[in-house]
This record gives sequence, structure tokens and C-alpha cells, in this order.
Amino acid sequence: MSKLYPGATGDWEAVIGLEIHAQVISEAKLFSGAATAFGAEPNSQVSFVCSAQPGMLPVINEECVRQAVRTGLAMGCKINLRSIFDRKNYFYADLPQGYQISQYKDPIVGEGVVNIDLEDGQTKEIGVERLHLEQDAGKSMHDQHPTMTYVDLNRSGVALMEIVSKPDMRTPEEAAAYFKKIRSIVRYAGTCDGNMEQGSMRADVNVSVRRPGEEFGTRTETKNVNSIRYVTQVVESEIRRQIDLIEDGGTVDQETRLFEVATGTTRPMRSKEEAHDYRYFPDPDLLPLEFSQEFVDKLAEEMPELEDAKKERFIADLHITPYNAGVLTAEKENADYFETLLAAAVEKTGKPVSELGKLVSNWITSDLFGALKKLGKPINESPVSVPHAAELLGLQLEGTISGRIARDVFEIMLETGQGPEEIVEEKGLKQVSDTGEIEKMIDEILAANADKVEEYRGGKDKLFGFFVGQVMKATQGKANPQVVNQLLRPKLDG
Amino acid sequence: MSIDKDTVAKIANLARIEVSESELESTVGELNNILDWVEQLGEVNTDGVEAMTSVVETQLPRRQDQVTDGGYRDQVLKNAPQSEHGFFAVPKVIE
Repeated sequence: MSKLYPGATGDWEAVIGLEIHAQVISEAKLFSGAATAFGAEPNSQVSFVCSAQPGMLPVINEECVRQAVRTGLAMGCKINLRSIFDRKNYFYADLPQGYQISQYKDPIVGEGVVNIDLEDGQTKEIGVERLHLEQDAGKSMHDQHPTMTYVDLNRSGVALMEIVSKPDMRTPEEAAAYFKKIRSIVRYAGTCDGNMEQGSMRADVNVSVRRPGEEFGTRTETKNVNSIRYVTQVVESEIRRQIDLIEDGGTVDQETRLFEVATGTTRPMRSKEEAHDYRYFPDPDLLPLEFSQEFVDKLAEEMPELEDAKKERFIADLHITPYNAGVLTAEKENADYFETLLAAAVEKTGKPVSELGKLVSNWITSDLFGALKKLGKPINESPVSVPHAAELLGLQLEGTISGRIARDVFEIMLETGQGPEEIVEEKGLKQVSDTGEIEKMIDEILAANADKVEEYRGGKDKLFGFFVGQVMKATQGKANPQVVNQLLRPKLDG
Repeated sequence: MSIDKDTVAKIANLARIEVSESELESTVGELNNILDWVEQLGEVNTDGVEAMTSVVETQLPRRQDQVTDGGYRDQVLKNAPQSEHGFFAVPKVIE
């Protein structure tokens, strides 16, 4: 049952589709040998091809082709062994060719399906319509000069994958979950870094509303939305705006809109003159792109494990809770950290992964994530290295320190960057498991609290906890709690 | 197929080519002549025939993913009417 939006005249349903632009990870551009690295000096990574000097011809980068196929495979899509490049014609200052080389009727990747996870624990299938390869445009800067726009062509010609969804989403949550899922897929597949701040990933958000079960309404397209939160805001505000507009007797114009971060709403783009008349035609400079099924099969064999498969494996083989498995696999860096730490912990303790999985996952999702959140740092900038973390978990597993002390040691590690073994040695935090020593302490405590011992023996069982507490206090938390329990009970019972 | 004055004006605008009112009429005639000429191809039955993309049997040439070009900003900017601080500088285009 899809979610409905109440209006003054009855319920409405939203229909949402996303066109996601994902910058391909490659050294060189799609059709030239110029570099793609982010943040270089303006126009320093521009060839005569990227700046569209007369007579220059495009030659396709084979790695970009592989990346597009990998992404298609990761989304379970049909791979087209023959695809065609077309010219999409429009004028803009940062598009030196006057056209963008793109794919129109025959894209490299066809239909597929991805599963999204929703907050209520449900999953939903969202159709992928296609993925095509195209050139990115340059970058315009409008705020550097009062009357001029500055243009940097470093990004001009960098390979983009445009991933077009089917209009299968019905709520802002679904749109956000889908965007997140595609980001996860390209990051796991290693085909796009998913860095939205640097513009490596952005979405055009299509929204329309209709009466439930009726034909699609007129849609608007909001361009270049570059965060998951903004996608949610665009969808929310567009649904509201369109419902209000229609209910007030107006009609939705099919138009391109822009998102305004400050207000969280959209506004129409100013220039509407003969907008979408791109006059696509096959690029005469480029033959059709053809490759064999063997080429595709080989790439399929070499595919890394993706989020969904990893999550299932974590649950089945490592006995991790589905919740933790979801948290750990949502971001590739977290999954990588977890797997590296798990391997290190196995090496350190000699115990099997099935036994350690749960401990390691709990430690990462509660202790480490808690600390990182406080520090405001991502996991790849964690102040605690994998070897140190493995050492800490090892100390706990061996019984050298208790879980409580482990937390204290972790705090010190965060502050000083010291190794846990060194900290434990230095501060004398080793757990006391020596029965003689503990026994002696118990005797002293019982003698000093004779009245409480009487009360306990008189039936006040709850006092047992008090005695355990006293022993722990006397040892500054270092006594092995199991040993204390074992020794204390018979002595108290007399 | 034939086109009228409005279509020619629209195409000219999309192509950013200035065609004066007096030129429009003659351009309509010229373009229609070209279209008529190309239309002759329609007489040939091409049902089930794949579009020919090249007169020679050849594959799309490919390059390896290596940085082999770029790094000559001065040359890239040399023909620009105006450049500043390493950027192309164009009249303000603000959206």
C-alpha cells in the first residue's frame, strides 16, 4: 500500500523518478587523455579535445566502458553489447563543443532492478530504466567577478554515468533510500566515489502527483540535487506545492526547477526559452560501441562483493545481528574496517570468525562509532588503528582485562593514541584472577562488614551484590568478576 | 517533407545563427531543396537493413586509461577573447 497525501479535496499519490549522474572513477577523461583529478588548478587538465578546438576527434577510454558495464552488472541490469553515442545539442558557456556526447536511443546498459530498505523494515523493488555514458560539462563560476562568469574546463569531458530510474517511488523516504542505494552500489563496485560535496554524484528529481490509481500527472524536474537530505526536501516541497496548486484550480507546468538550500524549496529556472530541444543525432565522429559477451562475463567474474551479498554473509556466517549487519554494510568504509579488524582479531586470538564476529561488530557499532561521533570524524580518520583495536579486543577475550576496564583503556587510546597493551602495562590494569589474592581481600571485606554478613545470612540475598561491589572497589575494578563470584558465594554461605 | 519560415527561424535561433527577415524566405527555399534531394533516398526499400555506420569494416578505436594529454593551459586559453586568473572569462551567464 503506497502512502497517500491528504489534500483539501481528497487524497493524492506522488510519483517520483530519479536521474542520477555519477562521475566515473578513471584516470583520464571519457574521450581524451586529460586527467580527471579533483581540485587541480583551473584549466590545467584540459586537452584540445576537451576544449573543442577545431578538428579534434574523440577516442573512447576503455576503462570508462568497463566501469559502466560493472555498474550495470551491480544493478542487475541488461548489458547492451552494442550502443550508440549521440550529440545532445545546447549552448552554454561551459560546454565548448556546443553539444554533449551522450547516448540516446541505444544506451550501454538497459533495464534492471534494485532493492531498497525502508524504515519499517520492508524492502521495495525500484526499476532501473537505463544507464548511459556521457561527457560532463565544465564548471562556471558566477560570483568571482561583477560582470563576468569564469569557466574552468577541467571537468569538461570527464565520464559520467546517467542512471535513470523508473517512476517507481512514491514517497520522499523511498527517493532518499533509492539514491542512497545507488550510491552504495557504485561505491562498492568501485565505479564512482559517491562524493556529493565534490559533485561526483548528483540527481535530477522528477515529481508529479495524481489521484490514486489514475494516470500520471504533469511532472517537474528539479536539477542537480547533491545530497540525500536535499532529495527528501525537494520531493516533500514539490508534492506539497503541486497538490496546493492543483487544488487552487491551477495546473502544474512541465518545467525545470532549481532547489534552494536556504528555504528547502524549489523555484522555476529563469530561462525557459525553447528549453528541451536537444536535436539528438548519432555522433558522426564515433562508431557504435561494441563488445562481446565474454568481455561482460569477465567483468562479472571480477566483481567485488556488494552491499546486499555482504550483509547476508555477515548474518549467516558471522552470526551478526541483522541490524548491525545493516549498519556495517551501509557504508563501504565501515564494512572494510570491520572485516580488517575481524581478520586482525582472528590472528591475535586464534579464535574462529564465527565466534568473534558478534564481539567485533558490537564493539565497532557501539564503542567506536560512539567515539567517532563525539569527535565528528569519519571511520577512515579513526584515531584508533586496526592493530590497536584488535589488541584491545584480544586483551578482553584472553581475560587480561575486563569489559569495563576495556572501555577505560579505549578512552585512553582515543586521547593519547597509545597501544592498549602498553596502557594496561603502564597503569597496572591487568585483571586480577589470582585466587589467593582475591580470597585474601574477600576475607578482609567480610571481617570489616560483619553486620552485613549477618543480614545476608539472615536471608537478605540482595546483599551479595554489595560484597561483589566492595571487592571490585578494593581492586579498582581489576578483579576478574567470575573469580570473585566463585570465591565469594561459599564464604558468605559459611 | 517541407519546412516553413517559423521552423527556419526556430532552427536558426537554436543554432545561434542570425538570419535576417529578408534572408529567411530564401533560406526556406534552400533548405526545402536540400530536404527534397535527401528525400529521394526514401525511394529505396530499407526494411530490415541495419543502418550503416561506416564504409569500412572497423571497430570503434579505444584508448587506455592513462593521462597522456592536458597541462598546457596557456595554449588552451590562447584563442579565448578573454581570460582571467587561468579561467575563460565570458559575459555573466547567471541562472
